[in-house]
Amino acid sequence: MIVAGVDAGGKNVHIIIVKDGQTLAKTMAPSGINKAEAAEKLYAETLKQAGLKREDVERVVATGSSGERVEFASGVIPDAAADARGVNRILPSARTVIDVGAEEGRAIKISGAGKVLDFAINEKCAAGTGTFVDAMARALETPIEDLAALSLESTNAIPMNAQCAVFGESEVVSLIHQKTSKPDIARAVHDAIAGRVGSVARIVGLEDDIVMIGGVALNNGFVDSLRRELKLDITVPEDPDYIGALGAAAAAEAGVTEETVKATVVERDTVEEG
Amino acid sequence: MIANYGFNDGSGNWFLAIDTDKCDGCGACVTVCPAGALEVGDDEYDPFRDEPVAKVVDGERKKLKYTCAPCQPGYGEGPTPCVAACQPGAISHSEGWKLVYGKK
Amino acid sequence: MVEGGKIEFWRWPEATWVNPDIDWKKGKYITAGVDIGSVSSQSVIMVDNELYAYSNTRTGSDSPESARKAMNLALEPAGITVDNIDYCIGTGYGRVNVPMAQQTITEIACHARGANYMYGPEVKTVMDMGGQDCKAIRIDDRGKVIKFMMNDKCAAGTGRGMEVFADLIGVPVWEIGERSYQIDKEPAMISSTCVVFAKSEVVGLLQAGTPENDIMAAYCSAMAHRIVELLNRLGIEEKFAITGGIAKNIGVTRRLAQEMGTRTAELEWSDEKMRGKGLPFETQIAGATGAAIFAHAMLERGRVQSARKA
Repeated sequence: MIVAGVDAGGKNVHIIIVKDGQTLAKTMAPSGINKAEAAEKLYAETLKQAGLKREDVERVVATGSSGERVEFASGVIPDAAADARGVNRILPSARTVIDVGAEEGRAIKISGAGKVLDFAINEKCAAGTGTFVDAMARALETPIEDLAALSLESTNAIPMNAQCAVFGESEVVSLIHQKTSKPDIARAVHDAIAGRVGSVARIVGLEDDIVMIGGVALNNGFVDSLRRELKLDITVPEDPDYIGALGAAAAAEAGVTEETVKATVVERDTVEEG
Repeated sequence: MIANYGFNDGSGNWFLAIDTDKCDGCGACVTVCPAGALEVGDDEYDPFRDEPVAKVVDGERKKLKYTCAPCQPGYGEGPTPCVAACQPGAISHSEGWKLVYGKK
Repeated sequence: MVEGGKIEFWRWPEATWVNPDIDWKKGKYITAGVDIGSVSSQSVIMVDNELYAYSNTRTGSDSPESARKAMNLALEPAGITVDNIDYCIGTGYGRVNVPMAQQTITEIACHARGANYMYGPEVKTVMDMGGQDCKAIRIDDRGKVIKFMMNDKCAAGTGRGMEVFADLIGVPVWEIGERSYQIDKEPAMISSTCVVFAKSEVVGLLQAGTPENDIMAAYCSAMAHRIVELLNRLGIEEKFAITGGIAKNIGVTRRLAQEMGTRTAELEWSDEKMRGKGLPFETQIAGATGAAIFAHAMLERGRVQSARKA
């Protein structure tokens, strides 16, 4: 069976087409202002890449902040559910998921069956999201990849006072004026957001294995800061930014086109599939 | 005088309030706070008050959402340690934690 | 405001003023307040608790320098020097860096006193929006703080939030208010509270061809709404007054008054004494005024000694 998962996020759309557990194609593109259009365009491209026609795909499930706008999807599931399914697919021993995207950061407690047991979210504030890193990178006039590498060079921890992406930018500028080294500033930026993400993660409890996904997981500097913040080992899978879409595809496979998640802890043993 | 320490942003209202008319500066809350977020000192908002009051440590005020979260204000098993320790009942939390993290 | 050839869209113009009806040499206590904010700095000189002189200038990168500049800008036209001052109190974000201050007091306490002086004892609720914060304060008829709620963590609902917007659309902040009313119909407010996400929303509106004035209205409306939420959480008691740079932006203040319904915002300098003397309407001096008043009270009550040298 061929299925597709679409993660329509605040900054990027990720699409993955899966056949019997194998990835046929995976693509990503900026979501821009018109999310529906961006998803549609990217889907057409992904099908082309996989050498498929629309009819070949049995079911499409969407997720992400703009999941509802994906017109060609049969159903939409919440991000937390998609993350849980996706992570469970690639690492069944995972029990904690930390997903930091462009506009939201969330921590999810999952069961061995890939169900959401509890979650906590950082939303509506850029400071706990990838947007914060983007803004600081711009203030430093440094691409994010370089920011990550610089951060790993630093041996000096400087706390940031600002807890806001806008005020943070001014703080970074004044650190530059004070001739603070770029590696130290880069690390300060990553430590700052890691502090916020770590706090949210602690709300759901940190049980091994801890897996980090979402676009910000591609940032080694951030992951390093988060490891230091939590003092625990964190696994970052390959293509961490595709795991949400993978989870949506997994839902499509299972015939699940809608799901509700509650931030209520239930007995792990009694959790059932579907 | 009610001093609200903390902030509000897009994600909610995160304030810890101290009623200085009730607070006698005993410091019980300072001892029990697991985050070390409280201290006793001069009343910053009444320059003519000589008795000390409890207040939130300056460095925690802008992070209060995360500082107080582990104690589950408003939705935990019981009151937070600082609230439980305060005899005059001078401390309270805003609804932010309960609304965003409270179990549904 | 052209500085170094580049127009700054978000700094209110600088100002100084001296009271022509007061002879400082006849005063018992000359007190001063210096408010170093993140964006602007003010200094106020009072003679026996009457407003004598003030200055409103931009804060530079060096706080002590900014304090000196603000002070000199008020002193020079007033014909007095720092040595003539009995007691000076620093306030604001940069208060620990005011070299001529003998003491510091938080801006909330100072704004409360200042608003009481500027608007009269009937005012019981004050809202001040500075460059990097927003404060809601309930006060008694002597300007003492009863309760307060402040946000200085999040740029939304602060002067910075308006600055980011002004820079984005390229319109100076002193034009935004008027223009936000040159529209056909009041639009829906910007839905994101976070300034960064609101910026994306604005970009989307611009790309969709929404008229600029409508976007200004949407942004001002959102800002007014956030302020009302903060005030409602604190609890509003009339009369209500606004201080700080935001008081000059009718795009926000008029919408604020409207959303508060029958609670009217006192936007005029309502103290009879002030209006009678034809004093200017400078809403940004509330903090420094309060600081100068505290200085006077400290001296009167014998809590401090005069620091006057000449």
